[in-house]
Amino acid sequence: MTDKAPVKDFATDFDHTDPQWVKDPYPIWDDLRERCPIAHTDRYGGAWLPTRHADVSAIAHDTEHFTSRTVVVGNGRPGEEALPAPIGVAPPISSDPPFHAQARKLLQPVFSPKQIDQLEPFVRELSQRLLDPFVGKNGIDASRDFAEHIPVAVIAKMLGFPEEDGDLFRGFVTTILEAVDLPVEERIEQFAPIEAYFIARIEEHQENPQDDLTTFLLNAELGGQKLQPEHVFGSMVLLIVAGIDTTWSAIGSSIWHLAQHPEEVARLLAEPDLLPVAIEEFLRAYAPVTMARLVKEDMDYEGCPMKQDDWILLSFPAANRDPEFFENPDEVIIDRAVNRHAAFGLGIHRCLGSNLARMEIRVALEEWLKRFHSFSLADPDAVTWSQGQVRGPRDLPIRLG
Amino acid sequence: MRVVIDSEKCQGHGRCFSIAPELFDSDDLGQGVVMGDGSVPVNQEENARLAQQNCPEYAITIIEESA
Repeated sequence: MTDKAPVKDFATDFDHTDPQWVKDPYPIWDDLRERCPIAHTDRYGGAWLPTRHADVSAIAHDTEHFTSRTVVVGNGRPGEEALPAPIGVAPPISSDPPFHAQARKLLQPVFSPKQIDQLEPFVRELSQRLLDPFVGKNGIDASRDFAEHIPVAVIAKMLGFPEEDGDLFRGFVTTILEAVDLPVEERIEQFAPIEAYFIARIEEHQENPQDDLTTFLLNAELGGQKLQPEHVFGSMVLLIVAGIDTTWSAIGSSIWHLAQHPEEVARLLAEPDLLPVAIEEFLRAYAPVTMARLVKEDMDYEGCPMKQDDWILLSFPAANRDPEFFENPDEVIIDRAVNRHAAFGLGIHRCLGSNLARMEIRVALEEWLKRFHSFSLADPDAVTWSQGQVRGPRDLPIRLG
Repeated sequence: MRVVIDSEKCQGHGRCFSIAPELFDSDDLGQGVVMGDGSVPVNQEENARLAQQNCPEYAITIIEESA
């Protein structure tokens, strides 16, 4: 995005927006896991990258030494831009204990499996509507014509926002997640229209309450008090950011994989009950989400001299490829029976929307496989990948038939 | 055989009730809970082991009881 010095050595100078990383990060992580296994960079104000499952798990579970105050690595140390703990910019993902448990408990019922089941017919109908026009055609962009629309429509429906604002949401997500290498001042400027949009929707709901998540948040109470306005706004931003390009990426990566493995497509068509197992394997192998933590106080971690406010790039995708933890981690085995993957994180911040994500991925793939039994990458070199902490295909031209 | 969930460790990943819906369920928050007293019928023992082996938080214990 900006002109930056190319990475000299990922062990001492890593950059998760480097083109080599964006294109194919797995060999980089494999190399670091053998050499380091915790890499460092002076970029972004100083950051560490654990690559072993054991370290990723230990840090994810250690809320005493690592804070979630901000979970997206920015250009420099987070100063005034980040709300102080415990609420953080987007509760509960950016909250620490003990506040975290309260903020999370508030939202958990909304994302429980039984609540999510009720959205399945909507996702199915949406998938059908998106795919039907391509039946009998030669090609489709599985990302732009299909995957990206599903989570956008679902989150808009849940929040009670106009479905036609989807393009706007995707713009917000790009700003928040992909443009991480811009200077902080520019980042703050970019946030202004996002804030204005949400405030307008909040005001509409205040005047005209609906049976949706926005009204739910506005009415919600913690300890007998209505939520702070920044809590409501932060949670809405969280749902948009965490709910959209993550699932979009997971659907896209799954189709990208299947497009290169017709024998697996044939097997899934013959054994539809295998699909949920295969989805867990796609989630492991192509886990879209990397989180971040901040070091609370100067400390030595496994020989790494970590300083207060150093970033930790908490790579669940790298953990999911650790040969110490998984047999043949770089092989995608669609009937892998034992798969303790960490795609939705580990510890108290386990992805709140994991049940929703799994349902969207499953329904999207079911509807795709119902229509397309034979498909391949139209042009492998035309596939592009998102940069930053969420990884998935953004252009994914597929040849049908 | 019996299954037990350590509710301190469980983070609601939901793997257990997806793999073995006859042995596990979710509560209103989406956390995993065992059905009944956690007893595992013989025909569900394989599913119990799979649920235990797939829990990302190592929250499930299997207690083998001698007949």
